[in-house]
Amino acid sequence: MAVRDYLRERFFPHMWCPGCGHGTVLNNLLRAIENLKIEKNDIVMVSGIGCSARISGYVDFHTLHTIHGRALAFATGVKMSRPDLNLIVPMGDGDALAIGGNHFIHAARRNIDITAIIMNNRIYGMTGGQFSPLTGYGKLATTAPYSNIDHDFDAVSLATAAGASFVARTTTYHVKQMADIFQKAILHKGFSVVEVLTQCPTYFGRKNRAGSAAEMVENYKKSTTPIGSKASQENSDLIERGIFIEKDLPEYCGEYDKIIQKAMKGK
Amino acid sequence: MGKPKLKELNIRREWCKGCGICVSFCPTKVLELDEKDKALAARPEDCTCCLLCEMRCPDLAIEVILENE
Ligand SMILES: Cc1ncc(C[n+]2csc(CCOP(=O)(O)OP(=O)(O)O)c2C)c(N)n1
Ligand code: SF4
Ligand code: SF4
Ligand code: SF4
Ligand SMILES: [Mg+2]
Repeated sequence: MAVRDYLRERFFPHMWCPGCGHGTVLNNLLRAIENLKIEKNDIVMVSGIGCSARISGYVDFHTLHTIHGRALAFATGVKMSRPDLNLIVPMGDGDALAIGGNHFIHAARRNIDITAIIMNNRIYGMTGGQFSPLTGYGKLATTAPYSNIDHDFDAVSLATAAGASFVARTTTYHVKQMADIFQKAILHKGFSVVEVLTQCPTYFGRKNRAGSAAEMVENYKKSTTPIGSKASQENSDLIERGIFIEKDLPEYCGEYDKIIQKAMKGK
Repeated sequence: MGKPKLKELNIRREWCKGCGICVSFCPTKVLELDEKDKALAARPEDCTCCLLCEMRCPDLAIEVILENE
């Protein structure tokens, strides 16, 4: 199957702005699924609300477009009742880590087998460019016209500390790495977090004079480096990308099944 | 197998939003935006079939079709 066979083509062209990185995330997520040859009917994509969350409307899988910040809660319900299905939950930075922060850390702590994708454009795109917990100190947003004084989360450190058993970061420049990481994250048995740095040229870009969409993508090449590279040791401003954590831990649905078995035996 | 050979750069004009990402990053400068700001394969003979334009396009508007596919 080709990537386009996984699309609901009737909704194209999609609603994202010209040059919005969210489309590149969709593109390479489908590529990963195509490489893994997973049947459409074996995938459930659950999303919340945001420009990023609109991704679930465009894919020809089982899809749920739910409420802001709660996609992981809905996905947990689906996974617990149908552990055989592959759950993919793409979220915006606000969706995942502002309103949805609590759901995020507890899903990670439980190690439930869900692939969580944080489409990090460092802004609330859908509602007009308000700052998010990932905007960063000194950046501009419609709600921080004199510059943001909030420090940002490091999504990778947060996911790691919360107990996620697979944690990775990539960007919309590094598309081959993105497709490869998505593949590994989907195959991983446990809670996988993939942070993708993705451009919002319309709000974050315009507010922060980051240039065209292509210039923002080019900047991901300049501002990131592979984990543990020489460049990373010499320049701590560079953002590391790659797979940070990949470990085997007991998975939640499997553990729950064991409890059911025990209870059935009456001890 | 040998080197992949290009059959066609299939660009869906109705999906392309003219962001210029494919044009900026094509290693061999195959692509251009036309007068309507739609991507156009101006020099297909230089295409190395690296697939990067297809993978980076945010609008899923490009398909690199290889000979023998
Ligand atoms: C409970 C609730 N609170 C607030 C909103 C308004 N709202 C919609 S999307 C959004 C934030 C979107 O930002 P993000 O999650 O980063 O996604 P993006 O649009 O940037 O992809 C907010 C605050 C809402 N829909 N529901
Ligand atoms: S507002 Fe930003 S995040 Fe939303 S579609 Fe436009 S570029 Fe993408
Ligand atoms: S990257 Fe895609 S949407 Fe952007 S100009 Fe090229 S074909 Fe058009
Ligand atoms: S496949 Fe590679 S060489 Fe060919 S047009 Fe696309 S980016 Fe350029
Ligand atoms: Mg956002």
